[in-house]
Amino acid sequence: MSSQATAPVSVWEGGQSPYATNSKKFGMWLFIISDALTFSALLFAYTYCRVANPDWPKPFEFTPAIIFSSIMTFALLTSSLTMVMAVHSMNAGNRGATARWIVATMIAGGTFVALHLTEWLKLINEEHVTPFQNPWGVPLFGATFFSITGLHMTHVVVGIIYLGIICQAVVRGKFKAEDVEVAGLYWHFVDLVWMFVFPLVYLMSARVN
Amino acid sequence: MSAHAEEIHDHAVGIPTFVKVWVALLVLTGIEVFLAYEQVPTMIMLTALVGLSVIKAALIIAYFMHLKFERFSLFLTLFPMLVFCILLMLIFLGDATRIPVMRPPS
Repeated sequence: MSSQATAPVSVWEGGQSPYATNSKKFGMWLFIISDALTFSALLFAYTYCRVANPDWPKPFEFTPAIIFSSIMTFALLTSSLTMVMAVHSMNAGNRGATARWIVATMIAGGTFVALHLTEWLKLINEEHVTPFQNPWGVPLFGATFFSITGLHMTHVVVGIIYLGIICQAVVRGKFKAEDVEVAGLYWHFVDLVWMFVFPLVYLMSARVN
Repeated sequence: MSAHAEEIHDHAVGIPTFVKVWVALLVLTGIEVFLAYEQVPTMIMLTALVGLSVIKAALIIAYFMHLKFERFSLFLTLFPMLVFCILLMLIFLGDATRIPVMRPPS
């Protein structure tokens, strides 16, 4: 009744948050969207090269390379679940549980980086892949592989450092639930990018003997 | 009023939902790995993998990143631009399929 008496005020009139989020969260969303554009441009360039070269190298044998990268995917997906649990316990006000879930997330992320580096070193030392040449033909393979997975791995490492800073602050009773949530947004984005890198870079170049 | 609505939303997503989404993501990943094992032709493989990955991305964004429970205006501000830019890039993908045909026989 009273709402009909006064004209409805638009949320864009000022004086209130139009998205009903805090500015940190909105800022992180803007960063994520622009970063998503960077990754989509890289992945599109890769896909273009991949489709334009029917003789694109297929260096990833189903066992062990694809199984290995599937385990990396599992580690990253599980870290997303533990991150959600961290945000959930922080919303419930349980700082101890939050810190433990964040540490679990960091361990899963660290596992991902360790496995990924093992694979990189194998490709570099045993298969002699460089950004400019490889033993299998189309030289672009190394450039696209190392730039896409390298940029993604950088994001994972930055995410682990970010979570470490958030974790120690949570333990010391600083920061609010929204800070953990914003860190969670970043971490899920890193996971999300891998959901495109894994099929496009690994599964498209799988070899079954 | 709006605070009350947000409370209801927070109760709507609990631990069982997160675990369900996680299992769904694992199953979709399993299907992708199976496709790789079956060695499907390149363009069909590409379409299937990107399609499945978009579903996975949507699940992560909606539930893990909580966007389903934010105001719709936040989604409208962020995502149409991203989709539009990606579609603009995809215009060139047709060229890539022509290049192998145009290459002179060696």
